[in-house]
Parts: sequence; C-alpha cells; structure tokens
Amino acid sequence: MKEIMSGNEAIARGAYESGVSVAVAYPGTPSTEILENIAQHPSIRAQWSPNEKVALEVGIGASLAGARVLVAMKHVGLNVAADPWLTIAYTGVNGGLVLVSADDPGMHSSQNEQDNRFYARMAGVPMLEPADSQEAKEFVGLALRISEEYDTPVLLRTTTRIAHSKGLVELGERGEHPLRPYTKDPKKYVMIPAHGRLRHQAAADRLAKLTRLAEETPVNKVEQRGKVGVITAGVCYQYVRETLPEASVLKLGLTYPLPKDKIRTFAQQVDELYVIEELEPFLEEQIRAMGISVKGKELTGVLGELDQKRLAVSLGLEDPPPSASAVSRPPVLCPGCPHRGVFYVLRRLRLTVMGDIGCYSLGALPPLDAMDTCICMGSSIGSALGMEKADPAWAERCVAVIGDSTFLHSGMTPLLDVVYNGGSTTVLILDNSTTAMTGHQDHPASGRTLGGDPAPKVDLEMLIRALGVRRVQRVDAYDLAAIRRAVREETAAPEPSVIIVSRSCALRTSPARPLVVDEAKCNGCHACLKLGCPAIQEGARIDPHLCRGCGLCSQVCPRGAIGGDSNVQC
Amino acid sequence: MSNVNNILLAGVGGQGIILAGKLLAEVLAAGGFDVKLSEVHGMAQRGGSVVTQVRFGPRVYSPLVSPGKVDYLVAFEQIEAWRWISWMRSGGLLIMDEQIIYPAGKTQVSLPEDLTSRPGTICLNARQLARQAGLVKAANMVLLGALAAHLGLDLKIWHRVLEDLVPAKYLEPNRKALEEGFARAKPSHDSLSSGPPC
Repeated sequence: MKEIMSGNEAIARGAYESGVSVAVAYPGTPSTEILENIAQHPSIRAQWSPNEKVALEVGIGASLAGARVLVAMKHVGLNVAADPWLTIAYTGVNGGLVLVSADDPGMHSSQNEQDNRFYARMAGVPMLEPADSQEAKEFVGLALRISEEYDTPVLLRTTTRIAHSKGLVELGERGEHPLRPYTKDPKKYVMIPAHGRLRHQAAADRLAKLTRLAEETPVNKVEQRGKVGVITAGVCYQYVRETLPEASVLKLGLTYPLPKDKIRTFAQQVDELYVIEELEPFLEEQIRAMGISVKGKELTGVLGELDQKRLAVSLGLEDPPPSASAVSRPPVLCPGCPHRGVFYVLRRLRLTVMGDIGCYSLGALPPLDAMDTCICMGSSIGSALGMEKADPAWAERCVAVIGDSTFLHSGMTPLLDVVYNGGSTTVLILDNSTTAMTGHQDHPASGRTLGGDPAPKVDLEMLIRALGVRRVQRVDAYDLAAIRRAVREETAAPEPSVIIVSRSCALRTSPARPLVVDEAKCNGCHACLKLGCPAIQEGARIDPHLCRGCGLCSQVCPRGAIGGDSNVQC
Repeated sequence: MSNVNNILLAGVGGQGIILAGKLLAEVLAAGGFDVKLSEVHGMAQRGGSVVTQVRFGPRVYSPLVSPGKVDYLVAFEQIEAWRWISWMRSGGLLIMDEQIIYPAGKTQVSLPEDLTSRPGTICLNARQLARQAGLVKAANMVLLGALAAHLGLDLKIWHRVLEDLVPAKYLEPNRKALEEGFARAKPSHDSLSSGPPC
C-alpha cells in the first residue's frame, strides 16, 4: 500500500516501522512534523524537550536503556546539542540511535544556512541523506541497523525540500524491538580522559569499518549511462536526473564516510566528473583530496538552494530566467498578535532591542522597526547584559525581548548571568503560551505534553524569582499604557527586572468583534498604520474579516475615531 | 521530462492552499500517476505569499517546478497570479480567482495589465460561488473544480478523495463548490491547443 507523505511524515513512519520506542525533539522548521507524526503512534513514547541538548541527552539515556531512539531537530538545534553529540560519538550506543538534522538551504525559516554534514565528519559518525520520502522512511531503519551493528549514533540529514516535499511511500508493518539489556561499562560510558582516549581509538577503528560498509551498501549506487559523470546525494540527485538524463550518476545515500574505491572507479569510467551538492563543498573537497579532478562549486556556488533550473543555468545549458518583479507581500505579525503592542511601545520609547528567535523577529520589519539583533535561541538576554558591560549607560536604553518557549529553551542561564554578574538588564518575556512560529507546539509552561496530556505548568514568575530576579511585573499585551509604564519603570530600576507580557497567540483564541473607524472623526493621520496591522488599510479602513478586535488601534488613535467592542476578556 | 505536468497553486496564507494541494496530490495518485508536491511552511502563518508546487507523470524526479514550464497556474487571487505568470509555458492554463488581496496596509496596487481577459485564462469569483455552495471557505474547491475540468480525471475520484479528507459536516458544501468550479470551466479547445497529455 502506498501513501503520499512528506519527508517528515515518512521519517515518522520509518521510526514506527523500525521499532523506535522513544522519540525526542524540540520543534524547529523544517523538522517539527517528525515528532508531531510520531506522536500519532501510541507505541512510541514521544516528547518535546525544552531544548535540543536535553532532547539528545534523553535520547542517549533511552539508548543506554536499550531502546531504539530517534532524536530530531533543525540544523541550528544541533549546535545546541553539539556537546553531547560529539561525545556519544566516542561512547557509542546500546539501542540504535538516529539523530535527524533538518537543514534549511535558502533559509526559508532560519537565521543561517549552515551545512550540518560537517557534524558527521567532525564526530566521525556515519551519515545518511535521503533523496525522497521513500528513502526518508527506509533510511531510518537503515540508520538504526548501522547504529546497533557498528555501535555508533547515526546522523540522518535532510533539507527543507526533503522534509516538506511529498511523494508516494510504500508502507510496511510495525517492527518490534525489545529493549537490549543494559550492562554497566564505565570504560565505554564514563568519558574521563583515560577512557576517552580509548574510545577515540575505538571511534577511529569504527570509521575504518564504516568505510568498508560505504563501499558495499546498495544505497551508494551507480547509474551507468553516458561519459559525463555526476556524484551527488539527497534532493540534488533529483535535480541532476532532470537536468542531465544521459549522465552517469553515483548517487550516495551514505555520505560519510565516503566510498573512496567506488568513487575512484566511477571517476575512471567517465570523461568529465561533476559533484553536485547544495551549500558547502563537503563531498567535493574530500574527492579532490583523493587527487580526483572534479567540477562543482565554481559552477553552482555555495549559497542557497539548488533546483533543476539553477543547475541547468550553472552548467551553461539554459539561460537564467527573467527576473520577475511583483508586488511584495512581506511576512507580518498576524492581526491581533500579542507581540505587536510591545514593539510599538519599544519603538516609541526609542529603546535598543536585543531580539530573539520566534514570530516576534517580525518586529524588526517596518513599520515597527523595533529590533536591533536576532542571533540565536536565547541570545537576547546575554547580549543585553553585554551591551551594559561595555557601557553601563545601555542599562537604561537597551532591553531584551524573548518568547516563552525560547526563554525555557535557553533564556534561563543568561538571566542567571544577569543576576550573578550585577547587571540591571530589563527582559520582556512575550508569553503567548505556545511555541507559535513552528505551528503551536507545547512546552513546559503550556500545561500540555506533545501527546496532548495535561502536564505540570511551570510558573514563569516563580521560576524567574528563583533565579534571583526581584523585580517581576506582569502586563496585558493588549494594554499599551501598562506596557509603557512597566518598561519605563524597569529600565530605570538599577537591578535586573523581567516584564512578562501575556496574551495567548491570536491564532488560538476566538476573535472579539471587529473594530470600525468613525469616518467623521478620522482625519487620515495614519497613526494606526504605524502598528503594521494587516487588518488596517490605507485611508484608515479596518477589514472586518481580518480584525480580531484586539483594540490596539483604538489606543493609538489620537482622535478617538476607532471604536466598537475592544477585546478585554481573556 | 516533457511527460511530466507542472501545477502551481498560488495564493496567500490562510486561503486553504495546503489542503487544496493535498487533495490534488491524492487525486493524481489515485489516477495512477507518480506525484510530487512541494510546499514551504513559511515565516508568516498568515498573510504571506504561499505557493504549492505539484508535478505528476509516469515518473517524477524533482519536487520543484521550473520557471517557464508551468502547465496550470491556479491563482487564489490576482497579485499572486502576477507573481507567477512568467513561470507559465506558452499555451498554459491560468485559473484565477478574480479577487485581489492587498499586502498589509495597502488598498491598491498597480497591476501591469488585466489578466482577467488574458487568452487561456479562466477567471472566477470563487468566493461568491463557494458562498452559494454554502461555505465561503470552500473557494479553494471551486478553483480545484475548474482545474479538474481540464485534467481529464474522472470527477468520481475527486469526490472519493474529498470524502476522505474533509470532515463530514463540511463535505456537502465542498462537494458542491468543486462541482460548481467544474461546471464553469469546461475546456474550450482553442485555449488548450497545446495542452499537456493527461
């Protein structure tokens, strides 16, 4: 039986069919749907952890306890999890452990387009790269078999076009894998230096064995056709097949370690050899280091995504497409978004804003223009402290803005740093009770688990006070005057302070009655347009189908021209 | 790859494009084709440009459509039709909802020319037809119905897949909306003289 599945759905199915019994992740585009789909299978214990490092550590424990484990994250999540990742490369596993890294070439929804294939090489760990949904499913099982047979974690690396493209997938049955027994083995699992040296040797020996596997595995396969040869992997294989149907192709499924003999033989059988890969010259540099002459990055470049058109243009087979200019439709905060008022106030107060990762990064765009930085998860608070350390005058002019899920992911330790090192940073936590950007996933303060069960709900205020912050205020995200007052008070206070700005995500609440503009009172000053609300149009008309009745525009209108029922109930 | 057909579904977040793409892909698979579909879950949950790319044929490699190769552009409003019109091959079919959804804050934009009277265009008031069918949100089904009239697959397959995907209480208006779009878009053979084999 075949079903149409995205790469992420297929990975979830692969976990089910391969007997995975524990699955852990922190949500992040383009990886999020893997765990959401795994959670549909009651036979798998699936959970959101507060961040990717914790997710991998939970995965390590489950593997030690003998379970087959899948851990998933977006590419930058593996930076957070890199610490355990680079050391389980030494310890190895008990139950099979596959880590899915979903990379985002082209940065559809990310702050960078780092190439995580290097994490396999840095760790000396095998890596699989599926080229479509069918392979995405199959490679989960293959990864777990390799993991158990070679005593290693395995990196399953996808990209956005694998994760979010759909294709037909042949379904199989659930495979059960009983827990492997746990055996105490400090020399293998306690990585003190004396043991670490032994395990590094074991990892090096393992890599030599994996190289032999790479030569033999059917997922590294040659399609022998013409005298032009291409070495490629992942979704790029599809682009190569579209663009060069007559070429011979060495399609790599296991992309680390490389099958050097197979590559040499392939190179000898063709007149011209290309390496086609997105982002960095990961394959190309290793193949060049073998003394083989190839063409690659000088044609395709290292930026962004490839596709068959871009590949054909790079190879000189087609002309570039005409550049089309169309009316732009930049992403905006939704109508009724509880983040809008905060940024409006911060802009009016001319504050410097250290931002963070989430929907609220849209507060950087016009007309709000209210964010100065956005680097990585949790960076806002440490950066604000750093500004103040460079020049104490920043304490009153700079604030950190971070969402609730991001704060729980990696905002607590920098806040502890503010307290410990005598900062007087003001932090605004935009608490919409969900992980909104990735599509409303639960977290430790939302009161629900991934499986939808009730969970203890961490009290943000108590948590912040426990970290040593004495000044904590709560304000309503729809009350501009209250936000303004709180920000003024806390930036002036010579000690650390946190303002929790609360309202549920507008996409998860039912709208209040739309507001209307009284045309007799409106003088067309356009003060309301400075909110950047998609429901308010030029000429000051409110689209009743878009308006959620949040009431911000009636608060900024100097003539009191916007009325109707404003939303005061929670 | 001339035996692979390319479809773009283009509109604005919140218009039901993801569901439309899912339905279309399921129908094509049920019709015996290899199918690939690509969508991007973008920054803005609502209000941003959204495009779903669908390719079908005996064997599909890339999930992405190339510029100049689009056989069917289904535009859920006019600005997005303009964004993608240069991607169509000559003789391709444009199915377009006549509404215009303005970018945030704008009440007018200047469009280069009137697409509604472009040869090879089926222009519908999909929202109104959906409202008549009993559910304004079923405008996506009106547009898919118009596409169905040209893809040449049995309408029964569409209905069967619709039953699987749409909750029972919304099924009837969605079914009617699909039929309404189908009825309004009977192929006129002049506009599709070089139409793709289906």
